[in-house]
This record gives sequence, C-alpha cells and structure tokens, in this order.
Amino acid sequence: MVTGKGGTGKTTVAAAMALSLADQGKRVLLVEVEGRQGLAQLFDVPPLPYVERKIAVGPGGGEVFALAVDAEAALLEYLDMFYHLGRAGKALDKVGAVDFVTTIAPGLRDVLLTGKVYEATRRKAHGRLAYDAVVLDAPPTGRIGPFLNVNHEVAGLAKVGPIRNQADAIMGMLRSDVTRIHLVTLLEEMPVQETLDAVEQLETLDLRIGSIVVNMVRHSPLDDESLALAVKEKLPTAELTKGLRAAGISASKQMVSTLAAEARDHAVRIGLERENRDRIDALGKEVTELGLVPDGIDHGALFDLAEDLRS
Amino acid sequence: MTALDLDALIDDPTTRIIVTCGAGGVGKTTTAAALGLRAAERGRKVVVLTIDPARRLAQSLGLTELDNTPRAVKDVDGANGGSLDAMMLDMKRTFDEVVLAHATPEKAEQILANPFYVALSSSFAGTQEYMAMEKLGQLHKQAEKTGEWDLIVVDTPPSRSALDFLDAPERLASLLEGRFLRLLLAPARGPLRLMSAGVNLAMSVMNKVLGAQVLTDVQTFAAAFDTLFGGFRERAEKTVALLREPHTAFLVVAAPQNDALREASYFADRLREERMPLAGVVLNRVTTTHAPDLSAERSLAAAEKLTDSDKSALTAAVLLLHADRMQQVVGEAKRADRFRRGHRSVPTVDVPALPDDVHDLAGLRQIGDLLTA
Ligand SMILES: Nc1ncnc2c1ncn2[C@@H]1O[C@H](COP(=O)(O)OP(=O)(O)OP(=O)(O)O)[C@@H](O)[C@H]1O
Ligand SMILES: Nc1ncnc2c1ncn2[C@@H]1O[C@H](COP(=O)(O)OP(=O)(O)O)[C@@H](O)[C@H]1O
Ligand SMILES: [Mg+2]
Ligand SMILES: [Mg+2]
Repeated sequence: MVTGKGGTGKTTVAAAMALSLADQGKRVLLVEVEGRQGLAQLFDVPPLPYVERKIAVGPGGGEVFALAVDAEAALLEYLDMFYHLGRAGKALDKVGAVDFVTTIAPGLRDVLLTGKVYEATRRKAHGRLAYDAVVLDAPPTGRIGPFLNVNHEVAGLAKVGPIRNQADAIMGMLRSDVTRIHLVTLLEEMPVQETLDAVEQLETLDLRIGSIVVNMVRHSPLDDESLALAVKEKLPTAELTKGLRAAGISASKQMVSTLAAEARDHAVRIGLERENRDRIDALGKEVTELGLVPDGIDHGALFDLAEDLRS
Repeated sequence: MTALDLDALIDDPTTRIIVTCGAGGVGKTTTAAALGLRAAERGRKVVVLTIDPARRLAQSLGLTELDNTPRAVKDVDGANGGSLDAMMLDMKRTFDEVVLAHATPEKAEQILANPFYVALSSSFAGTQEYMAMEKLGQLHKQAEKTGEWDLIVVDTPPSRSALDFLDAPERLASLLEGRFLRLLLAPARGPLRLMSAGVNLAMSVMNKVLGAQVLTDVQTFAAAFDTLFGGFRERAEKTVALLREPHTAFLVVAAPQNDALREASYFADRLREERMPLAGVVLNRVTTTHAPDLSAERSLAAAEKLTDSDKSALTAAVLLLHADRMQQVVGEAKRADRFRRGHRSVPTVDVPALPDDVHDLAGLRQIGDLLTA
C-alpha cells in the first residue's frame, strides 16, 4: 500500500515499487482505486479499462500488470460473486442504485476496492498465485485509515454470513505480515504532519507501517559548516571573490552578494528540511530517500527510481 | 499578457468576494490569508474562510478552535480602519447547521442520527466543496445584514482537481434529487410505477445483500431529506449565482510546474465558460535570481574548473547551487510563458518562493507585498 498527502508522489512511488519488484523477477499487479487514470498518465498509455493489462516488463524477467478499479463495476462483480445476481444486478444499476450506493456510502466503496485487492492477492492461476505482489496506489493520508479499516466496520455490522466472513478475511490479510503500508512525504510541514498523523492512526488500527519514503530530496553541495555560515549571512566574501576570479567569472560585489544570498535561501530551506527529517526519523521507521528528478518523470526516470528503491 | 493588480482589486469597494482556487498544495490558503490580511490593513473589513490551513499558519491566525465561526485575528494593524476575522471550515458542523435550520426539530434529529447522513456529511467526496459554498452563502448574508464585513476571502478545499469545487454542489444536489432516492421514497407512485418490477427486484436484492435495517435507514434518510431537497438545489443555485456577479473575483493559484499549470489552464477556461469573473492567475513559488546573466551552463563549468584545480570548494558549491537555481528559473519561465501565451487575456502575477514556509503574520505580509509588487 502506498499512501501520502496529495501530490507527494504516491502514484510515482507505487509504480516505481512495482517496477522494482518486477526487476526481481516477480509478477506484479499495480492497482489504482481513485478513478483518476493516474497510472495511464504515468505510463503514457490510453485510459485503462477495468481489466488487468500488462504495462511494463522488468529487466529481471518480471512483469507489471496495471488495473484501474472501478467501484461500480466492482459492486456488480461482488454481487454476482456472492449472490449470482446477473440480471438483478443490472436492474440495480438501471435504477441508479449502484451509483447511489457507491457514492453515498463511501464505506461501501472502500469495501469493494479493498475486496478487489484481496481477490487479486489470492487469485490462483495454473496452480500458483497469479501475482507475487500487489502494489496499491492507495487513497491519500487523509482517507487511508477509514479506507483500510472499513472491513472491520463491516464485521461490526454483519454478525454472520458470507459478508462477515469476507470482511474478516480481508481485515486479516491487511493486518498480517503480507501487507505493508508505505507513506510518501516531502520534507515540508504539511506532508510531514499528515504522515505523522497517519502513522499514529494506522498503528492504532493495528495496521503495519512499512517505510516512510521521503520523495524529491535535494542534496546540498554545501557542507554543514558552510550551511551554518550561509544562514547567518557570514560566508567569507573574500574567498568567494577569489574563487570566482579563479573560475573566470566577473566577481563584482553584486555578484558575490547575490550568490551568498542564494546560498542563504538554500541553507534556510535545508534547515527546514532537516527539522522535518528529524520529525520523520523520530518515528523510528525505516526511511527511504528518493532524489528529485530534475526534468519530470518519464519511463527512464521511473526505472531509476525503482533502482533507488531497491538499494 | 497583462499584469494582475491585486491592490486595485482589494482596494475596489465593489469587490466583495475573492475566491482562491487551484490544485492541491500550490498556495491557495496562503494566498487567501495574505490577501485578506493586506486588505484589512489597507482598510477593508475582511473575513477569511480557510479550509485546511497548515497547522502553524492556523495557530498564527488564532484558529486553534474549530468552532465554525469567524474570530478576530490579533495583531492586525487597524490604523486604516480595517479589521480581519478568520475561520476554518468544519464541514460536518456546517452540514448539521443546514439541517437544523431547515427541518423541523424532530425531523432534524432523525436526519442527524441516520447513518447515511453521517457518512454523507463526513466523508462524501464533494461535501467539503459544497459546505464551503454553503458557508460562503451564510457569511455573505450576514455581511449584507450586519455590515460587519465588506470583503469575504474564500479558500477552496484541497481537491484532487480544481474543478471539483465547481462541480461538487451540483453533484451533491443531483445525488440527493436523484432517481434512486425518488424511487425509495415512492416506489409505486406516478409514472414510475411502470418500472416497479425492476425496482422491486432491486429492493429485494438490497434487502438481501445489505440487510433490512440498511434499507430502512436509506429510506428514512431519503424521507427525512425530502423536505430539504428543494432547499438544497435552490441554495446551490443561489451561491453559484453569487459567484457570477461582478463583485466576485476568482484567483487561480498555480505553481510553475506542468501539472499545476495544466490544472490552472482548465480552470481558467472553465470559469470563462461558466461566465464566472476570473481576476487572474497567481503563479506562486516561482524561483528567482538576481544573477540571471550567469547561466546554468557557465556556472556549472566554472564550478567544475574550480573542483578540477582544487580551488575554493566553497565557491564551487555556491556556483553549483546557482546552476541548479538557474535551471529551475529557466524551466519555470518557459512553462509560465507557454501558459501566458495560451491565456493572453488572463492577468498574472509571479510570487517568488520564500526560503522559509509561511507560518505567521509577518510571512503573510511578505507574501502580500510580493503579490502586489
Ligand atoms: N522523485 C521525483 N522527482 C521529481 N518529480 C517527482 C518525483 N516524484 C514525483 N514527482 C512528480 O510530482 C508530481 C506528483 O506526483 P504523483 O502524481 O505521483 O503524486 P500523487 O501523490 O500520486 O498525487 P495525487 O495526490 O494527485 O494522486 C508529478 O508531476 C510527478 O511526476
Ligand atoms: N510563496 C511561497 N513561498 C514559500 N512557501 C510557500 C509559498 N506559498 C505557499 N508556501 C507554503 O506551501 C505550503 C502549502 O501552501 P498552502 O497555502 O497550504 O497550499 P494549498 O492551500 O493550495 O493547499 C505551506 O507550507 C506554505 O507555507
Ligand atoms: Mg496519484
Ligand atoms: Mg489549503
């Protein structure tokens, strides 16, 4: 499961994780549930239908299949699975019940989406598991708790019967060792705060945190001592002036002070990032860093990120 | 390609509502708060409705309690006769208030306790957008009546897409007025009777799958909401009409990144289509430099030269930073330019990225200065 604040890179990281697993020879299903066609955009293919479709091949022989789950189609599938309701399902759809129920009861939507993930995880093909791993581009941190816990709620409502059994089974899988929730964050106040809040919430729900993925990290070319000086606006201008001359750049007073001011801005930002990094580290979780890709994410960049995730 | 003059906008007494919108994380809340503060310190009586402020920013505005009513912000300079109130939207509470205001006490109680209502009011995607509009309508009414505010600045929810904000009220209203709820209310009445075989089948399936209690809950919910239906649509339409009036100004906030600009582009087009008054686009967190003549390439080459000859590592590092910065400056300028060329009639303003984040009144004043520089 990959979650995080909006825009931090959930979809990108989920895709990179799937690729990195494929690179190890695994058959991977990469699933999105938000109805946004984020995977199609990322892999630059036409919108994905509600069908599993091969989207990439890992150099190590593995494969990535992608699936965009559609809650309404999943509801009909679910009804059919439990109640064999071919025709009645259509009747439900026709009167707008499916739309209504999946929209107004967000919990039900989540039941269906997690149910689909569960099914894919356990599906057998040719006497073995159809997928070695399922990677979910999950809802954002603001909704991840209720999303993953929905089957617990269902189990509270349905005391017995097939729905209860299904809910228990899904919850069992989500809480077991096979499931890991990875949180993607940037080193900024709001995403870090959401990460901390989500970790606390998920752990209260008995769900397991995998790693914190700190995304879009920029490394500083300045050492700590220079960073400290830069913040205090005390970088040695004489050295900068001499250095610029040696490099053949006009070392006007203005140039020197501009470069020093830029170094200060940078040092302030790094200071802020370090404070946020400390807050992440204080969680005591595994932390993985992914660098900022300068020119946007394309196919190649995705494979690079996948490699970074592996190491 | 015109410049966006925000001081003219906030100083114009006929500007009564400013809405900031855009993709998530671009700076909508920051812009709304900064403009509200600036307008107040220039003499307007302002209320700012924030949706999801960063924690430290909320604290600095005194928004520690979620009580869904505007409170005066401390340390605002009132020398020009202005004032600033701020509030943070509590969507569930706003929804509850609507129900309480428009249903009889027994009916209200029934609705508030209904599990479908609870789900709808706390987590339906779109409720937050709808309630922001609702709250705006309320604040506007109160401002007209009491005269305590002459400018309302509204932030919009951190939607996955800026367009959600325009569509959500309609989506919620049509859901509540939808065919299925009608059917639940009157399964065997009127012209719908013809369908009732299908409906009965549907009902019996729901009964079987969801349990009788759930179906009863949905029906209670539908029945209880029935009296509110007309009201909901009417209110949504009123707010939309309010947004079309010339005293409203939309500001689209975007970061100079492809995703955010694409979103801003859709939004600008959509506002025009809907005949909503777009004042302009704020390009926020733009990378700037005072040494634009030292290009990334030259800076990089110079840094390499120093490193190769083992001279000042500090200067080399500083040059690398500048090279990095120049790369961003150039990339952003290219993207911003493309955006401007595609929207020649839309005024824009660039707001530089501050090194620190914006978490107090001083920071907001600084953003206010930059917005109007
Ligand atoms: N390491 C990186 N370096 C550079 N750009 C990145 C990196 N990771 C993600 N991005 C970019 O950041 C943007 C947001 O990423 P992405 O769409 O994966 O986020 P998300 O969390 O799925 O967003 P949403 O909440 O909208 O679903 C995209 O433009 C993506 O290309
Ligand atoms: N011009 C700016 N310079 C530096 N930081 C900024 C700037 N504008 C916004 N921020 C920071 O970016 C983060 C997101 O801003 P916010 O206004 O909450 O975005 P939104 O409301 O669009 O989601 C906040 O931490 C804020 O302090
Ligand atoms: Mg995404
Ligand atoms: Mg916001």
